[in-house]
Amino acid sequence: MIITKPREWDRILANLAEVDARRVFVMGCGQCATVARTGGEDEIAEATERLSAAGIEVTGWAVGEVACHSGGTRLETRRHSGSIDEADAVLVLSCGAGVQTVADATSKPVFPGLESVFLGNVVRHGVFEERCQMCGECVLDMTAGICPVTTCPKGLLNGPCGGMWDGTCEVVTDRECTHVLISRRLAEQSRGGASDRVLAPKDHSKQLKPGSVNLRGERGERGTRRGTAR
Amino acid sequence: MSRLRDALERGEFVVTGEVAPPLGTDMTAMRESVATLGPLCHALNVTDNQGATLHLSSLAASRVVLDMGFEPIFQQTCRDRNRLALQSDLLAAWTLGLENLLVVTGDDPRGGDHPEAKGVFDIDSTQLLAIARGMNEGRDMLGREMAGGTGFCLGAAAFPEAEPWDVQRERALRKVEAGAEFFQTQAVFDIEKFARAAEELRPSGVKLIAGILLLKSPRVVKFINERLAGLMVPEHLGARIEEAVDPLAESIELATEQVRALREIADGVHIMPLGVDAAVGEVLAGAGLT
Repeated sequence: MIITKPREWDRILANLAEVDARRVFVMGCGQCATVARTGGEDEIAEATERLSAAGIEVTGWAVGEVACHSGGTRLETRRHSGSIDEADAVLVLSCGAGVQTVADATSKPVFPGLESVFLGNVVRHGVFEERCQMCGECVLDMTAGICPVTTCPKGLLNGPCGGMWDGTCEVVTDRECTHVLISRRLAEQSRGGASDRVLAPKDHSKQLKPGSVNLRGERGERGTRRGTAR
Repeated sequence: MSRLRDALERGEFVVTGEVAPPLGTDMTAMRESVATLGPLCHALNVTDNQGATLHLSSLAASRVVLDMGFEPIFQQTCRDRNRLALQSDLLAAWTLGLENLLVVTGDDPRGGDHPEAKGVFDIDSTQLLAIARGMNEGRDMLGREMAGGTGFCLGAAAFPEAEPWDVQRERALRKVEAGAEFFQTQAVFDIEKFARAAEELRPSGVKLIAGILLLKSPRVVKFINERLAGLMVPEHLGARIEEAVDPLAESIELATEQVRALREIADGVHIMPLGVDAAVGEVLAGAGLT
C-alpha cells in the first residue's frame, strides 16, 4: 500500500490562502490513506476541525472507495457535486495519485493534504516498512528476497559499504546491514547470487517516468493481454 | 608508470598519506600539507568531498599534488556522480596525468554538511572498479572501444575490523575480481584482525596498505566512536590516549608501534594524520622507515 504522512498544516493553509479559499470540500481515500490513518473518516473530522478553527468552512466531505481510481472518483465527485460547487477548493487526504485523480475530476482548485512517502509493507497494524521501490528490474532472485535497492540507504547492489560496523547499518543505526542479512540468508539456503558475484549496474531506463501499463490492447478491448507496458 | 604500482610490484613497503582539498579556492593549507607529507610518502590520497562535506574537487586538487612533484591517489566516491559523470571524470583524470585511483562508496549525504542532497550511488564501488579496469583496457562500461584508454593503478577500501569478517572478506574478494590491485584499509587498531585479512586476501594477489590514524587527542577518540561510521577505537587504546599526560606524544608512540608491527604483515601503511602532518615523519622514523 501507499504510505502517506500528514502534510505541514501551515503549508495547507498557505495553499488555500493562495486561492483565497473560504469554503473547502475535503476528500479522503477508503484504502491506503484510511489504513495509514491519514485520510480516513477520523482524519477528515480532524481536518474539518482545524479548518473551522482557521475560519474556513467545510462544505462537505467524502471518503470514496479508493481515490486513485478514476471512474470511482468521478462518481464520488458527481455524488457530492452540490457541496463541491459551493467550495472554493478541494483538499485531498490521499497520496499524490489520488490528489491528481480528484484534480482531473473537478474544475475546482485541488490541494494535497498529505505527503506520499513510500510503497509500504504492513508489518503489523499501524507499522509500515518500505521494502520495494518498484525499480522495474527486480534483483530479489540474487539477493535472497531482500531488496538492497530499497533497504540499503545507499541502494548499493554490492555491499556492505565502509560504514557497516558489527553488522549494523551506517545510516539507519538501529538496523542490521541489508548486505549482511542477504549474505546470511544466501548462506543458510546454500545459494550463490550476491555473495559470489558482482551484481551489474542497474538499468535505470526500466524506471523511466511516467510509467504506464495498458492491458486493453490497441483497440481498447478489456483483457486481451496484448497490452503494452513501459 | 605509477610509482606506487611500481613500488608495490617491487615488494617495497609503501607509505601513503592523505591531504584534503579546501572548502574554497585558496590552496595554501593543502599545499603546505603536500609539502610536508609528499617527501615522506610514495603517494598522497586526495579526498573527494570527504565525510559528504563540500570541498574543492579531488580531480583539480590531485593535479596540484602532481604539479608539486608528488604522486596523487585520486579518490572518487560513488555518492556525487552518475555513471556518465564518473566515466567522464576518470577519462579526465588520466589525461591530467593522475595514475592512481582509489574508488570508494562515499559517506551518506545525511551525515554530511548538505543533508538535503540526493545521494547518487548509481554505481557502487565494486562496479566502478570494473568500469575503471575496462577503461584500462580501452573500453567504456558499455564495452565500446574508446579513442585512447587509461592505465590506472586501481585501489579500493577494505575493512579488516568491521565484523562480520566473512561478509567483508567476500566483498573484498569481489573487489579484487573487479580490478582492485591494492587496498587501503580503514584504520587498524587490532593487528591480529589485520593479519587475518592479510592471510585471507593476499593469495588473490592484492596488496594491502594498512590504515594508521593518529589519535591525537581524547576528542578525536570520542569523535571516532560517536560520529564516524565503520570504525571504533578499542577501549584500551582510547584509555591510553585519554590518560596520557601528552596525548599527542602518546598517539605518535602508538602509531609508531602500529607501523612497526604492520611492517611484518602489510604491504604498506596509509597514514591519516588528522591535521598533525608534522608528526608523520616522527612516526616513520620511529618505525625505521626513513
